Amino acid sequence: MQENNIKFLEDSFKKYYFEHFDLIHVPDRTSEREFGFQKFNSGMTRHISIKDDKELHLLLMKNIPSDVYCSNGYYSFPNLPMNEKDWKEADLIFDIDAKDLNLECRENHTVSRCNECNEISTQKNFCAKCNSTKLEQKSLPCKNCIDSSKHEVFKLSKILTEDLGVQPNDIHVYFSGNEGFHVHVYNSQFQKLGSRERSELTDYIMFKGAVPETFGMKKFNTNRSSFPNFEEKGWRGRFSKEVYESKSKRSKIISELIVNGYSSFQRTLEGVSNRIGIKIDPNVTMDIHRIFRLPGSLNSKSGLTKIFCKDLTKFDPYSDASFLHENSIEIIADCPLKFKLKNKTFGPYFGEKVSVPTYAAVYMMCKKLATLGL
Amino acid sequence: MIALGADEIAKYPFLADAGQYLKDKGFTLEQFGTDPDLKQLVEKAFNRIEVAANGKIYQSDLIGDQASNQASLPREVFSFLLAIVLLKLSGMTTLIKRFALAEARRAEKYLEKDLANISDESKKQLAIRIINDLFSIQVKKQNDFFVISVSDYLTHSINFHEREWKLINRHVENGLVFLSPHETVRLIRKELGTYINSKITNAKTPPMFTSFEEPVNKLVTLSKKFSTNFVTSGEYPPCIKHAIETLEKGENLPHSGRFMLATFLLSKNQSIEQISPLFKNAPDYNERVTLYQLNHLAGTSGSGTHYSCPSCEKLKTQNLCFIIPECDNIINPLQFGKRLDARK
Repeated sequence: MQENNIKFLEDSFKKYYFEHFDLIHVPDRTSEREFGFQKFNSGMTRHISIKDDKELHLLLMKNIPSDVYCSNGYYSFPNLPMNEKDWKEADLIFDIDAKDLNLECRENHTVSRCNECNEISTQKNFCAKCNSTKLEQKSLPCKNCIDSSKHEVFKLSKILTEDLGVQPNDIHVYFSGNEGFHVHVYNSQFQKLGSRERSELTDYIMFKGAVPETFGMKKFNTNRSSFPNFEEKGWRGRFSKEVYESKSKRSKIISELIVNGYSSFQRTLEGVSNRIGIKIDPNVTMDIHRIFRLPGSLNSKSGLTKIFCKDLTKFDPYSDASFLHENSIEIIADCPLKFKLKNKTFGPYFGEKVSVPTYAAVYMMCKKLATLGL
Repeated sequence: MIALGADEIAKYPFLADAGQYLKDKGFTLEQFGTDPDLKQLVEKAFNRIEVAANGKIYQSDLIGDQASNQASLPREVFSFLLAIVLLKLSGMTTLIKRFALAEARRAEKYLEKDLANISDESKKQLAIRIINDLFSIQVKKQNDFFVISVSDYLTHSINFHEREWKLINRHVENGLVFLSPHETVRLIRKELGTYINSKITNAKTPPMFTSFEEPVNKLVTLSKKFSTNFVTSGEYPPCIKHAIETLEKGENLPHSGRFMLATFLLSKNQSIEQISPLFKNAPDYNERVTLYQLNHLAGTSGSGTHYSCPSCEKLKTQNLCFIIPECDNIINPLQFGKRLDARK
């Protein structure tokens, strides 16, 4: 990114940080956490330890980071190299991202940006201008993306509370600042679990690795009464609702499943997994040393804030997570998609000079769909 | 330490304090080592090890969980304690491991029976206490099931490779996993084995007495039977072949697939310089990043952790497994083509 663009983004981010210290707090047990940050056009600085809000605010003012992170893990010595930190435990974390939901709407609001010649187009495989295959997908998530991600969060919360015994108060949902939600679970029985155990937990949540026998189907001598009932708890109950659809169809569907046989049942399970398994990013949940985006900080992929969702149903990221100021700025926008921020609609723009509020300019620049020009 | 009755010590002899037990019964180790009348017990101990070494479970003189006669109870315990003496004197770790595992499985049978005991609540409570005290798992009875927390379940089941043990294939409700007595006990088999193994390993090696010489020599000979030689065919498993083919075609291999391929080849002693060209065709290839990541996996940079190749189970859930009959029930791609040396 060009110098003047970086300076503009840094100025906008700095202003946000300065004016919104109220939104940016260190998490509990601060001194046991590892912090890290990135600057525009620069690598990651991590293994930082911070005492309190004041130190964090100072770090933000001094470095004007593009992204700020904090560990889900707790350590005796968070500022030492990884193998000397002395890991104690870690909060359970989840990342739900609209891009992983295989949504049909995606195609309508995704463009490609060529890394060689900066051409923006709807071509997926190669650049229409220079034929390069080095394309970067840029998506401006729509309402359907956000609603579908919310739906996954609700499903996840249900499994966490009903199956895994997590207290509802210990589940904190945040908008990630870009295309989805981050779920933090505190004080659960899973705090001390290692990576392999957490990976097993992700398979449970994603409905992966289920065998037909768990749902009553055997290779030989299948017994009708072993099939799940509608009222059952856990995955057997959810399987019933998904596969039988209604109580009255249960008997008929079981007969069909038995007639179709064991390997057909395995395929049924795969289908069920794709449809009702929770679409979390397993790599995030199994990572016990991750530094995860800090609540209240800005996401440099959008300029939106990672923010706590008090009421997820009503939450609208495009008005509730956009905090940058209104001052107009002139940019060259190459954003062929329409988008809405703070109840105002912008675009489409086709390589044209436009004057837009800072929050909209930053949004497009972070998506690499606009520049300040020379 | 859990207080035990005589028949319980016979069922769970590893819970007894060996030295104290002998003393309480008015014996010394030297008597067993020299007194010809007690030779029979030393033979019984040798037999107990031999049975275990052959992968079988020692059939005790207990009928059900009652002693066939009063005298057999101490004999049960003596044969266990003497077996440890003989194993220590032989110094054969293979035999110690096999013995510990077989004894764990023997105890497992009794634990399971005690847990399922409906008529005698005290027996059930003892089994629950053994599991709680020894393995820090809080077991509770709920209707017809035993329940343990999901986190305890995961910590113990993680080493099982059968799919039925995956959490998804369990009845999970309100943070608890529901298990039968058999499953509850099966869950701690390895730990029970490890516990017995560590008790033997940590025991002091006693002095050698005449009666012990012959069985100890026999144990040394016996242990040779269990040293194994493996040969490897050198052929790559289908998951690795598939990953290489995907890359050769210039198609995208997901991060998990690259991780599998790199860790597999590193474990086969290939160098980073040999491995990195494989990724050249990847659509997002960047030499610097590839080298950095390979060094990280090999443990030559970063935290120094050497990453190992994921298990077949993990690869199945990542859709990276392309099983063929030649896989032959292996649990990790690294075992592919590994066979016992037939020439032996």
